[in-house]
This record gives sequence, C-alpha cells and structure tokens, in this order.
Amino acid sequence: MHYALTINGKQYGVDVDDDTPLLWVLRDTVKLKGTKFGCGAGLCGACTVHVGGQAVRACQTAVSDVGNNAVTTIEGIGDTAIGARLQKAWLAVDVVQCGYCQAGQIMSAAALLAQNKAPSDADIDAAMDGNICRCATYSRIRQAIKQAASGADFGANGQQRKGA
Amino acid sequence: MTLQDQSLVDNPSLLNVAKLPASRRAFLKAGAAAGGGLLLTLTVPQLVKAAAGADSGSASTLNAYVTIAPDNTVTIMSKNPEIGQGIKTMLPMLIAEELDVAWSQVRIDQAPLDPVKYGRQFAGGSQATPLNWDPCRRAGAAARQMLVAAAAAQWNVPASECTTSEGRVLHQSSGRLVTYGAVAEKAAALPVPNLGKVELKDPKKYAIIGHSVPGYDSPKVVKGEPLFGIDHEVPGMLYAVFQKCPVFGGKVVTANVNDLKKLPGVRDAFVVEGGSDLHGLMPGVAIVADSWWRASKAREKLQVTWDEGATAAQSSEGFARQAAAFRDQPPQNSLRNDGDVAAALSQAAQVVEADYHYPFIAHAPLEPMNCTAHVEGNKVTLWAPTQNPGPGRTLVAKTLGLDESKVIVNMTRCGGGFGRRLDSDFMAEAAWISKVAGAPVKLVWNRTDDMQHDFYRPAGWHFFKAGLDGDGKLMAWQQHFISFGKNGNYARSANMESTIFPAGRVPNLSMGVSLMPLGVPTGPLRAPGSNALAFVFQSFIDELAHKAGKDPLQFQIDLLGKDELLPGRGVGFHTGRARGVMEKVREVSGWGQRTLPARTGMGVAFYYSHLGYFAEVVEAAVGNDGQIKINKVWAVGDVGSHVINPTAAENMAQGGVLDGLGEALNQKITIDKGRVVEANFDSFQPLRLTQAAPVEVHFVTTDNPPTGLGEPPLPPAIPALCNAIFAATGKRIRSLPIDTALLKA
Repeated sequence: MHYALTINGKQYGVDVDDDTPLLWVLRDTVKLKGTKFGCGAGLCGACTVHVGGQAVRACQTAVSDVGNNAVTTIEGIGDTAIGARLQKAWLAVDVVQCGYCQAGQIMSAAALLAQNKAPSDADIDAAMDGNICRCATYSRIRQAIKQAASGADFGANGQQRKGA
Repeated sequence: MTLQDQSLVDNPSLLNVAKLPASRRAFLKAGAAAGGGLLLTLTVPQLVKAAAGADSGSASTLNAYVTIAPDNTVTIMSKNPEIGQGIKTMLPMLIAEELDVAWSQVRIDQAPLDPVKYGRQFAGGSQATPLNWDPCRRAGAAARQMLVAAAAAQWNVPASECTTSEGRVLHQSSGRLVTYGAVAEKAAALPVPNLGKVELKDPKKYAIIGHSVPGYDSPKVVKGEPLFGIDHEVPGMLYAVFQKCPVFGGKVVTANVNDLKKLPGVRDAFVVEGGSDLHGLMPGVAIVADSWWRASKAREKLQVTWDEGATAAQSSEGFARQAAAFRDQPPQNSLRNDGDVAAALSQAAQVVEADYHYPFIAHAPLEPMNCTAHVEGNKVTLWAPTQNPGPGRTLVAKTLGLDESKVIVNMTRCGGGFGRRLDSDFMAEAAWISKVAGAPVKLVWNRTDDMQHDFYRPAGWHFFKAGLDGDGKLMAWQQHFISFGKNGNYARSANMESTIFPAGRVPNLSMGVSLMPLGVPTGPLRAPGSNALAFVFQSFIDELAHKAGKDPLQFQIDLLGKDELLPGRGVGFHTGRARGVMEKVREVSGWGQRTLPARTGMGVAFYYSHLGYFAEVVEAAVGNDGQIKINKVWAVGDVGSHVINPTAAENMAQGGVLDGLGEALNQKITIDKGRVVEANFDSFQPLRLTQAAPVEVHFVTTDNPPTGLGEPPLPPAIPALCNAIFAATGKRIRSLPIDTALLKA
C-alpha cells in the first residue's frame, strides 16, 4: 500500500503493509533512526513522535492511521523553538547517560511545553511518567524541562554544568 | 563468556593496578600519522597480561592512539565500549590533561575491536578508571614532553625553559610560541621518554580532570543521529527475528518453516539446530524478511513443537521450597568459621533470627539485544552493541568454524548494558543467520525475547542467627546461604565471598552455603553479588542495631572498629574509608537531627563494591495504604583521590542509586515451568520518573587511586530504603521486591 507522509516538513512516499507501525516506517523505510524501539507495546516511550502535534507512541500507531497529519520526529524537533530550547537544555544540564531513551524523552517534553509553558512538577510527572529512562537520569530530565521552559538563554552550545 | 571473563568482571582484584611499579607499567612508540603529525602508541604489557587473565599467554598490547594533526586538532581513540558510563569522554580527558591541550581541540573516535592495538576492550566491573588512570595520564605527559623537546630543538633553547598551555609550546624569555600541530611531525622522530619517569602535573594545576565535561556524543544523541547498534545499516541488508524455546535449553522438534516462507516479505525461514551452551547459539527458528515488521508478523504464524528438556520442571516456587528444606540442615560447604558460634549463641543475652530472600531479576537495557552481521565467504563483519567484543568474537568464530582473524567486530554505542552485553549470544545468532541467509542481516530481539532470554541476577536465600551480649555487642553471626550450582561450584554470579563486613569484626562468625541445581542462565548484573548481598547484610545489621537499642549508623561505625585494611575484594576492604563515608552521610543527611512526621523514617547503609565505598541515607514515607514515597536520598562516595568528571560522576551515582531503588520497589523475574513469566515493562518495571526521588551526591576524596562509579553507588540504596521503611513503620523488609501490602497501617 502506498502512503504519502509529511515527516519533519518533507514529503515521503512509502510502500508498506497497512498495519506497519509508524516506528518501523520511520526507522527502516524512511531511514530516520532517531526514533527508538524499546518495547513494542507503548510501555516505555522510546518511540515517541508527534503526529498532528500530539505526542504518540510510534510503535502503537499504524501507518494507515497517520492520514494527512504531519509527523515530527527527533530529527525535526530542533527546527521548532521549543525543540531547540529543549535540546540546548538537555546539553546544558548534561542529561544523557546511554542516551537511548532521550529522543522519546525530548519528544514527550516538547509536547508538554507546547501545551503548558510553565509546567509544575506534577505536570511533568503526568506528561513524562510513560517514558522510561533505564539509566534513571530523571532528575536531570526534570531540570532540563524546567530550564527549557524558563526560556533562559544558555548560549549556542549550552553552558557547561557546574560540577557535582 | 569464559570463566576468566567472569572473574574479571566479578573480581577486580585481578586488576590491581596500584601494585605495579610505575617504570614497568607502560611504554610509548611514536611515528608519523598518516595525514602528517604525531601518532603515539601506548603499550602497557603488565596491564594487558592482567586484563587478559593469567594463562592467556597473549602478546597483545594496550594502545591509546593519540594523533596530533598539523591544524592542532588532537584525535584520541576511545578503546572501550560506551554503554552510558561516559567512558568515551573520560579516558580521553586523562590523556588531554597531561598532554596540556584545551578540551575544545580534542576529537574522539570510537576504536573497533583490535586487541593487538588496544589490548582488552570491555565495559564491566567499574574497571576502566583504575586500569587507565595511570597509563593514560603518562601517555599524555610523554607526548607533551616530546612536543616540548621538538620545539626547544627548533628554537635552540633548553627544553627546561619551555612551558606548555592549551596545545602550544611557549618560550617565555624570547616570547616564542608554536602550536603542537606545527612541531608534531618533528616530535614523532624523537626518542620516546621512559613512561615511568615522565613528569606528571601537580594535581592542583588540573584544567580538565576534576572539571565537568559534558558527554562527547550528547549533541548527536539529542538530535537523534544514528549511534546505536540498532541504527546500523548495511547495503542489501535483510532483517531477522529468532524464536528460541521459552524453556531454557529446549530444542526444536518441528517447525512450519515452509508455511512461513510463503508470507509477505519473508525471504527465508529455517531451523537453527544450535547447541547446548546457554551462552552461545541455542536452538531456534530464524525468520528473515525484507523488513523487521514483516519478519515479526510472520513470527505470529510460527508453530513449533519443542523438546523442552529437564528445565521445564523448574520454578521459582520449587526453588523456594528447596531452599526452605535446607534451612535447618547444616550447610553443604563452610565458607568461614571464626571462634565458636554455637557456644556464643548459647551464651548470648539476645538471639536474633531472620530469613532473607531476593528474586531473579533481569537487566532490561532499553535497547534490546541486536546485532548486524555480514558473512562473506570465510569472513564475517559484525556491528554489535556489546560490552565485551573480544569474547563475542571468540564465540562467533567458534560458532561459524572460522579463525578469529576472520571475524571483524565494530563496536557501536550501547543503549544501556548493566552486564547483559557481557554475553554475546545475540552476536552468534546474527552471524549464523547471515551465513544461512547468504545476506547481511540485522537481528533485532523484541522486548519479550530480551526479558525471557536474559542471564539473570540469581535469586538467593539467607538464614541468619545472631547473638548480642548484655551491652548490645554483636558476639555471634551464623549465616546459611542457599544459592545455585552443582558439585560445589556456584552458578554464574551466584557466589558469596566470606570477607563481607562484618566478617572479621565478629569474634564468633560462621558462613556456609548450600547449592541447588539450576537450568536458568545467570550472569553479572550491575554490581554483581553486591546488588543482592548489600540488602541482606546491611539490613540484618540494621535489625541487630535496633535489637541492641543502638543508633544504626553509630552501631555500624562501632562495628567497623579501628581503621585498617581487611581482606576483601580487590585491594581489600578498608574500615577507615567505610567509616569516612558513613560519617559524611551522617553530616549531610542531618541523621538523627530532624523530627520526622509519623510513618516517615530514615535508613542508612554502606557497601564496599568494585573498589568504591558508598554510604547512603534514604528518607521514606509510608502511607496508610502501604505505598512508599521516597522523599530524598543522600549518597556519599569515596572513589579515591579524584572525581575525574564531576558532572558524569554525579549522574552515574544518581542513576546507580535509583536503579537500586527500582530493583527494591519493582523488580522480580518469576520462573514457572522452566520459563520466564514476565514479558514486558508492564510486569517488569524499571524505576519511573514519578518514583525517582532527588539524590544528593557527595564525594569524599582520599589518598587512593581513583576508581570507577558504574557499580558502587547501587548496592547500599536497597538496604537504606528497607531500613528507612523499618524506621517509618516498624516492619522489616526481608524479601524483595518490597511487598507494600505488608506495610499497611
């Protein structure tokens, strides 16, 4: 079946089975590897992308359900103001350990900040609890979201975090 | 994985770097780099010998390649696998510091597996820091000395009048200055200094070590660039899934592979006969398709008749019954017997008995096991997220009947490791499937494969009896450990050492072990041994402190006694370092200084693991419904004289503590009919954001060589939480994971 997808503002034509999850279309057909496979059951959040501006689990979203909705992935989120702020904050806070979950974390956080410019801890809990970080970098994830939300300018490369 | 490898990971004592005489540690070779400039090769024969195991006889060398280009860019090869522990950033920091370059000049490349060039390449046992602290700094210092000599010769001035700064040589009195890049080629022709005699910086002048350096690859991570094994692509690549018997060790009798071959996109489907080594290529059915999704869809139609074998009779319940039957028997084997425990118990003012248990648990790194393999004739190339590429290559060579020189292993970034990727079963599977399919193949396990075909942290049972005298002093300790193994040999990572504190500090102490057979594969999980034993030892000591009517923190400090080195893992257990972290955590947590609300308590524990000392205090509140809320954790570590990369160290310590809390709160793998019941992150949960308490990390520095942080922060978190729950509720947690139903008001 042929599908015309808009991903990060670009048009892609793909020929895949109707039930193919968007995750595998992104990774193996379109070759955008940033969206990650973690559980295949919507339990870990590693595959979070935006479809029509909403955060969804790409492993649970069939390509046939995408329709005309624009898809944004981690490769494209930096083109949005919120995404760019989050990526900067992620570096400034030095969040990453293994990094495998972080694309999904940033995509969930971007959806949160698009709805809520100044999320409380409870808002962050509600929006981010579905994203597992197996390295447990949670306190830095929380800190980076708050830093991005504050809109503070932390320089082109992110300011270096002060030592522990 | 060979026994050697396991002992390497489980027992850092093989790598006692500190005892090597400096002059024999390493030497350098220099030469011109391909693109011009200086190429340095660091060789550390003694370390390689230690790392490779005593009887390997290999002449391999450990090399850290440093290339200085004419444009003054310094490229450092990172030899070890990056699994999130930050090693790709940290090892080059050591070289760059003594080379005296600005961090902004440094480029880092991931080295492939090449033990001839790089020596042993692995990520395990928190060993990269102790192994590389000295040789990497000496390599940098030697290179700096050569660059200075080259500049001094060019200027015709004594080298002693030259200084360096940010990748340049300066001659103060004449005001001359030259970049390293401009003299690198000349430096390469100079004699190499004796590594044992090179001058090292005064640590007070460190500009990189001890300063926070963000993860080198993090800018790529946050943009979703392909870095991980699962991201690798090879032209013409097919995708594979592999179904093994749910019962460990089971074999394929029949499978409907001919039906599967007719399904959309399926290119091949075949039975893999495999062997009987649970760490190697096991029997199963491979499905190869033009997409991973189509391979997975075809798998839903797979019908297999399995010969499940003997392990089908094993279960967690059955193990618990067998363990209980050992309870009142004498141990099969004695591990230690100090004084006269029976006599001391009979004279004790108080006898305390307790039974402790912990379950099997899985590693569950977020990136599932995967590997891309391309067999071409008698050669195979692999792209593998592995912690242990050397043994991986050996296994692939053996499985395919190839010489090891025909197996090329490229290491990718790993989406977590935690010990799982020390095993290489997935590499053997990918290689075999590529060979049969006649194409490059990317094998990707699904989450259920990953959870149900792990090498589990073994379960264990401990039966205690201890005696306190009239003053609350611990006079007798009797411990019967029920573990797995046969013929007196432990199953992998199911062992217990007889030197664990309070051994050596109790006049009458016995430890014994009884083993039962196990068909479930086990292996090292982050802080192997310690992740379970810390819970058992540090919880029972806390019980004794309360029975003695003593403050649990002071009770432990009193029990540690005078400062001295006792026999123990690695270089031994130093009671003074343990006391140091306990005293510091008492201070920073406000231990005993605050009045807490009802059903809120603080618990403390410490542990010595993988050469590091951590003491931790947990403050937890327990609701009337039994639900646990961890308010805060204070963690104090002593990993020697320097914390090399403070931001990464804090991150690693926080992650280790939270990982331990996740194990205590959430995690259990259940065996039933010889197979694993849990299948995904609904039934087996890593810690989630809402469970993640703030963790305040402190380091005390002591005059000891710096050691690693991958493991030591984890073990004490578990007993500190359980001890906090006791302080909050009066209910003692003696079995993991914590059953909140028992904590209701």
